[in-house]
Amino acid sequence: MKALLTIEKLHKDFVLHGQGGIAIKVMHDLSLELHRGECLVLAGRSGIGKSTLLKMLHGNYLAERGSIRIHFDDGLLELTDLPTHAWHRVRRDVVGYVSQFLRVVPRVSAREVVMEPLLARGAYAQDARQRAETLLARLNLPERLWSLPPGTFSGGEQQRVNIAEGFIGEHPLLLLDEPTASLDATNRDVVVEMISEAKARGCALLGICHDEDVRSRVADRLLPLDEHLMARTSSQETF
Amino acid sequence: MTRSVLESPVGEKPVLDKPVLERPDLDSPALLDVESITRLYGPGKGCEAIDFRLHAGEVLGIVGESGSGKSTLLRILAGLEAPDAGRVTYYPLDRSLSDHSREGELDLYGIGDARRRALLRLEWGLVHQNPRDGLRMGVSAGANIGERLMALGDRHYGQLRAAGCDWMRQVELDAERIDDAPQTFSGGMQQRLQIARTLVTRPRLVFMDEPTGGLDVSVQARLLDMLRTLVRQLGLSVVLVTHDLAVARLLSHRLLVMRQGRVVEAGLTDQILDDPQHAYSQLLVSSVLTP
Ligand SMILES: Nc1ncnc2c1ncn2[C@@H]1O[C@H](COP(=O)(O)OP(=O)(O)OP(=O)(O)O)[C@@H](O)[C@H]1O
Ligand SMILES: Nc1ncnc2c1ncn2[C@@H]1O[C@H](COP(=O)(O)OP(=O)(O)OP(=O)(O)O)[C@@H](O)[C@H]1O
Ligand SMILES: [Mg+2]
Ligand SMILES: [Mg+2]
Repeated sequence: MKALLTIEKLHKDFVLHGQGGIAIKVMHDLSLELHRGECLVLAGRSGIGKSTLLKMLHGNYLAERGSIRIHFDDGLLELTDLPTHAWHRVRRDVVGYVSQFLRVVPRVSAREVVMEPLLARGAYAQDARQRAETLLARLNLPERLWSLPPGTFSGGEQQRVNIAEGFIGEHPLLLLDEPTASLDATNRDVVVEMISEAKARGCALLGICHDEDVRSRVADRLLPLDEHLMARTSSQETF
Repeated sequence: MTRSVLESPVGEKPVLDKPVLERPDLDSPALLDVESITRLYGPGKGCEAIDFRLHAGEVLGIVGESGSGKSTLLRILAGLEAPDAGRVTYYPLDRSLSDHSREGELDLYGIGDARRRALLRLEWGLVHQNPRDGLRMGVSAGANIGERLMALGDRHYGQLRAAGCDWMRQVELDAERIDDAPQTFSGGMQQRLQIARTLVTRPRLVFMDEPTGGLDVSVQARLLDMLRTLVRQLGLSVVLVTHDLAVARLLSHRLLVMRQGRVVEAGLTDQILDDPQHAYSQLLVSSVLTP
């Protein structure tokens, strides 16, 4: 079976022009493969480049060198040279992302935040609303919060809105940046369940997760990133 | 068809009844093509060698410091000021607007004033930075909204008034004030009225110059929320000039960064704001608190 995602020799420097053009070298020659129905967890010390990798897969950080390919049944897509406007479609339909922190938009309610990915695809508001509410309820977000903008929510409440927004679209590739970091045990269990269900429907997940317990329950493989190159290929430690 | 676990190669998990995963269709129709546009008032003053394509449904933000040429470029795109060189091509919905030689496209400065005005009336909308430039201050709010509909041939008083009320509500203005003149409105209310007047004809393409400039923060947030919703509901394409990166982040899909008349960087909004490549974009982003 062909992988859904293949990354080859991916390279990332941050050049800081304001500081005399110094380059922060984060990643060189990183390669990996990810299959449908599989969850790969990135490991490595703080600042090694885990979030950077997810952001490159989402078009948020620019990939200067190397290749990121998504393989569909009828052809592939190279993400590193995608025209800007094509990213809108890729984010809407292919690559989902649960960021570490929710970016709050003034005046937009939690429910609307979660409905957004479905509305963007032209879903009926009624259906989107129903699915959003089901997810929020499942994540135990109190109903009285649904119609409020998440700006004033606690960290854990915001994170659950974020998770619901990331999962509602059922993207074939889902990127998770510390989705359970600020959750209690009950809600961590819900997220673990949601990840298992996503795998069962063929979703490929690439995640960052420091919590040992969650990690051992969701990860099919672990990819340790290290100082030398962040370049080990994907066939390491298997659970 | 399902495969048995035994048949699958080592290290792979078979996914039962895996649905077919199709490559998404990435083509979206072009609305506006901008080629080598130059308009210079002096060296580095104006805009120079601008190229881009706007796609249907896209919100394109133009950012950059004061004097970098944002408004100059917008005026050229909106058909208000001819460039020294270059070409703006628009792909109209109404085929009768297109050039005789090329069906479905129109050379913005190859057509006469009358047809450019027709375009602005029929398919485009323009939101000025100063609402006074986009409103008729002496006539009622309702008449301001109705005017663009009337220009499209709508003459039914009851319908015009109903549309006026409806749009006042959409932009969260009190419909009771439909007979008041905009000069009795606050700046934020005038700006919302200008937006209602522009959008009532459901334009395909809207040009906006600093639509939230000069408004206090809570009014700004409300206006931004409203614009986001309208863009979604009406499927608008927008070219938005702003010097406010937070506004750009909220409203636009894609950004052009301008400096001294030139585009120094272009890309996805969050890529430009989170991983800017050009020295000037980095300076611009780092000089504000988390846009
Ligand atoms: N936008 C940016 N501009 C400049 N440098 C950046 C940027 N984003 C990340 N970096 C740098 O890249 C390196 C990797 O950061 P990244 O956020 O990917 O780490 P991480 O592995 O996710 O760490 P953590 O576990 O702490 O979240 C760090 O040195 C960081 O300072
Ligand atoms: N009609 C004109 N005649 C002469 N110079 C002009 C004219 N219009 C603009 N300029 C000059 O061209 C440059 C770009 O002006 P423009 O209004 O496009 O800037 P901008 O990016 O919109 O700035 P701001 O953010 O301050 O609105 C400025 O130096 C301006 O003084
Ligand atoms: Mg991180
Ligand atoms: Mg200007």
